[in-house]
Amino acid sequence: MRDGRRWGVWVGLGLAMAFLVLLGWAFIERGRTAPTRGPAPDFTLPLYEGYDGGLGISEFRLRDWRGRVVVLNFWASWCKPCEEEAALLESLWRSYRDRGVIFVGVDYLDAPSAALAYLRRFQITYPNGPDVGTRISRLYRITGVPETFVVDPKGEVVFYKAAPIRPGELEGILDSLLAPRN
Amino acid sequence: MMGRGRFDVLVLGAAILAGLLKVGGAAWAQSPTPSPVSDDAVNRVAKKLYCPVCENVPLDACDTPACVQWKEEIRAMLGEGRSEPEILAFFASRYGMRVLAVPPPRGIELGVWLIPAVGLPAAALWLALRLARWRRGTPAPETAAEVLPDEAAQALDRWARENW
Amino acid sequence: MEAALGQGILMLAWGLGAAGTALAFWAGFRHRPVWGEVARRIALVMAPLLSGLVLLLVVALVQDDFRLVYVAQVSRRTQPLFLKVTALWGGQNGSLLFWSWLMSLFLFVAMARPRRIPGDLLPYVTGTLLLTQTFFLTLNLFFANPFEVFLAPPADGRGLNPLLRHPGMIVHPPLLYLGFVGFTVPYAFAVAALLAGRRDDLWLALIRRWALVAWLFLSLGLLVGARWAYDVLGWGGYWGWDPVENAALLPWLTATAFLHSVMVQERRGMLKVWSALLIILTYALVILGTFITRTGVIASVHAFARSAIGPPFLIYVALVLVGSLALLAWRWDLLRAENRIESWLSRETFFLLNNWLFLAIAFAIFWGTFYPMFSELLFNEKLTVGPPYYDQVTGPMFAALYGLMGVIPFVRWRRTPGVALGPALGSGALAATGMAALAWGLGVRQPWALLGFALCAFAGWGTLLDYGLGVRARRRATGEAWPVALARLVRRHPRRYGGYLVHLGVVLIGIGVVGSRFYPQETQRTLGLGESLTFGGYRLVYQGIRQYVPAAEPDVTVTEAWVQVYDAHGRPLASLYPYVLQYESGESLTPPALRATLKEDLYLLLSGWTEGGNRATFKVFINPLVSWIWIGGLVLILGTLVAVWPAPLPAPQRLPVGQPVREQPAVP
Repeated sequence: MRDGRRWGVWVGLGLAMAFLVLLGWAFIERGRTAPTRGPAPDFTLPLYEGYDGGLGISEFRLRDWRGRVVVLNFWASWCKPCEEEAALLESLWRSYRDRGVIFVGVDYLDAPSAALAYLRRFQITYPNGPDVGTRISRLYRITGVPETFVVDPKGEVVFYKAAPIRPGELEGILDSLLAPRN
Repeated sequence: MMGRGRFDVLVLGAAILAGLLKVGGAAWAQSPTPSPVSDDAVNRVAKKLYCPVCENVPLDACDTPACVQWKEEIRAMLGEGRSEPEILAFFASRYGMRVLAVPPPRGIELGVWLIPAVGLPAAALWLALRLARWRRGTPAPETAAEVLPDEAAQALDRWARENW
Repeated sequence: MEAALGQGILMLAWGLGAAGTALAFWAGFRHRPVWGEVARRIALVMAPLLSGLVLLLVVALVQDDFRLVYVAQVSRRTQPLFLKVTALWGGQNGSLLFWSWLMSLFLFVAMARPRRIPGDLLPYVTGTLLLTQTFFLTLNLFFANPFEVFLAPPADGRGLNPLLRHPGMIVHPPLLYLGFVGFTVPYAFAVAALLAGRRDDLWLALIRRWALVAWLFLSLGLLVGARWAYDVLGWGGYWGWDPVENAALLPWLTATAFLHSVMVQERRGMLKVWSALLIILTYALVILGTFITRTGVIASVHAFARSAIGPPFLIYVALVLVGSLALLAWRWDLLRAENRIESWLSRETFFLLNNWLFLAIAFAIFWGTFYPMFSELLFNEKLTVGPPYYDQVTGPMFAALYGLMGVIPFVRWRRTPGVALGPALGSGALAATGMAALAWGLGVRQPWALLGFALCAFAGWGTLLDYGLGVRARRRATGEAWPVALARLVRRHPRRYGGYLVHLGVVLIGIGVVGSRFYPQETQRTLGLGESLTFGGYRLVYQGIRQYVPAAEPDVTVTEAWVQVYDAHGRPLASLYPYVLQYESGESLTPPALRATLKEDLYLLLSGWTEGGNRATFKVFINPLVSWIWIGGLVLILGTLVAVWPAPLPAPQRLPVGQPVREQPAVP
């Protein structure tokens, strides 16, 4: 009987240790920030109807576009700062789409009707879709909106900004990524 | 809050402790045009939802722009005649299980209910069995009272036992 | 200047603490009481050193010394003096120093009278307490240093977080910290007894009062926190089952279980291991709660800013939990029970049941609080576990505790003859039925609410009956008048009757909780100037609105509405002024305007306005019986004070062996 009790204590100790491991893991996870370098996490984004950017797709899967430069923008219609960059992003898309750059808007925690109204208001044409279940935003560990990532043809994150994009900020990166390698 | 020119969820955390966050004057004011769906009807549903922008604050008590928008969405859906379970299901499917105040008892979410529902009665049963065994068992052999080294120790012992 | 001095003292304290810890344990293991005494004196030095540090920081805050990073974070020139001082615990680094300081005060009080600590425990108690102190000093010195300086100081600071400017928030953290820190002392005794291999239970007798004092502060902290949430947060409630609230409630539950189990240990020599486990668990939960609150591991509205204290804290949590449990396993045999359960119908069985319930409630809350973390890590699914879970899982168990409370005064140790219980339970059942009938008459229809009120009446009746029987017995024996007999009865048996007074407080809290949880009403309406709304027997008229910037706090805009409240007959009841505070920083607060009566609270929020204030939106809550929670809280505190009031330790030379200890002095 005494051994039985000791056994109980060891089970308790084991559970306590397991809990501590989880706690430590959670702590490390909490401390991790957005991927600013290295491989961009893959995701599949269902697109709003009519917002496929002329790519002829109904959902955007990042892996399928390896070899292209992808600009990934997290936004929401209730986000005032997002409005500052909306028109700029659209004009960049228009000028870079022919050179193979893809812009993708991930709509974070948004009501569909408000989101579509926002897209119409800023005459946005590049692919856009809702972040269903906030899965993509958690993959990219965003802490708010807007946030923008640029993924190079090898699928690596090469640029990250957690604030509205200003004129002239993206052009340099996109140009250098598109420049023919010597 | 808007100093960094973006909507920062972390900073929001502190602000939302207040239950309300006002960005500008108009964003959070109620819609001036009276809607056929009352605020109370909206709040009844909103109470059961948690917007991820304000973690652990029920939607009805949260007035960030995102939450105001969610509430308007609920208002619109109620106006279309959709029922409360339908609305909750819509929000859960679109924004994930985390928006529900309590996970439904199925799948992975079952765990939150299962462990207390099974574990606690099991622990009670174990306790009852132990008690029964304890009742039958013989008392542990009397351990010799420790010899207290000096008078001071004895006085302390008496004081502790008699005053408490 | 202050910074350099502060750094210096901090380093000195840290060095002394680390050396003292090592010395104390060495003295214990090697049986060198002289060195143990040296370690004890080192422990005594902590309080003056840390008081000096706190004083330095307060001086820096008051003098607007923005060279210090901490001062710039939590203060600004225009901040009122009072808030400059309380900014000491308004941010991470300062509050950790504050914590260290409180710890050093407890350390001082515990170690100042070595006569109250058995000689073989003294070095280990010293060592454990100093270890904790050194751990916090490590945080203060290396990870969250409040004396860090800017290379180029700013002209002004950021000012105190608006939420912390409320009086409730100013007293709530210190009370909670006192409760948390207070449990270090019982924990240190438990560890010392296990290390020293004490076969007896003197150590348990010695820590009962410490545990009760810590429990008192923790209860106060929880109550004030609830009141603050009610008065400031503006969501209509006082308890939201937020992870941080839960983190503070968990040690309270295990500590309450301990306060009960230790009685069984005292009277029957049982549950020694269990009591030691409960104290260890309580302390581990205190540290764990602090960890999750301050590192944001669990998403909570209370989260502190991220900081570097996470890793050392995690290591400390692990050390406390694993180290103490291993120690307990090692010494298991020393703490074996001296007796056995003799009857199902005995006080010890009921106390075991009580302990099981407290632990089960604690586990359910723990599980709900951490399940989202498990789920996200293991299944990549983010979840919310909100109030319905806690209400449904813990509600029935809390109800069962109230049932126990009504019975326990009449259940005897070892075995209870059934006839002794009959009349007490019969009258209790009558009281419960009467209460349920009364509630039904007042319109209560929900079965759980009826049961809740009935159980409160049952528990309250049992407690009052025990008081009544005691007073009657005393009157018969002495012929004293009722009030005299009552006062002397309580004075004679402060623990018993203080404890039952706590039970009465808990009963009143229960009534408030049942009323406000089952029958809250709320509505939200937009009114034009002069328009009114009728709700729950009140008529509220929107009279006006104004906006101003208070001179004392120029960084806030106050928008205040004026609402006149009438009853159903048109008689004016009150003028209420709900307001909104909008801070330059973008944060805002919507404190309610309250009209509280014993029957219900009318809780009014201004939640928005348009057209320059011509239309305003109000949220109205009617929360029945909430006042009883605060009244019950006061009764609970009073009861604890009665139970905890100390008797002096008589000087040994005046106590010839074999003679009874002097009569305990009166409770004032």
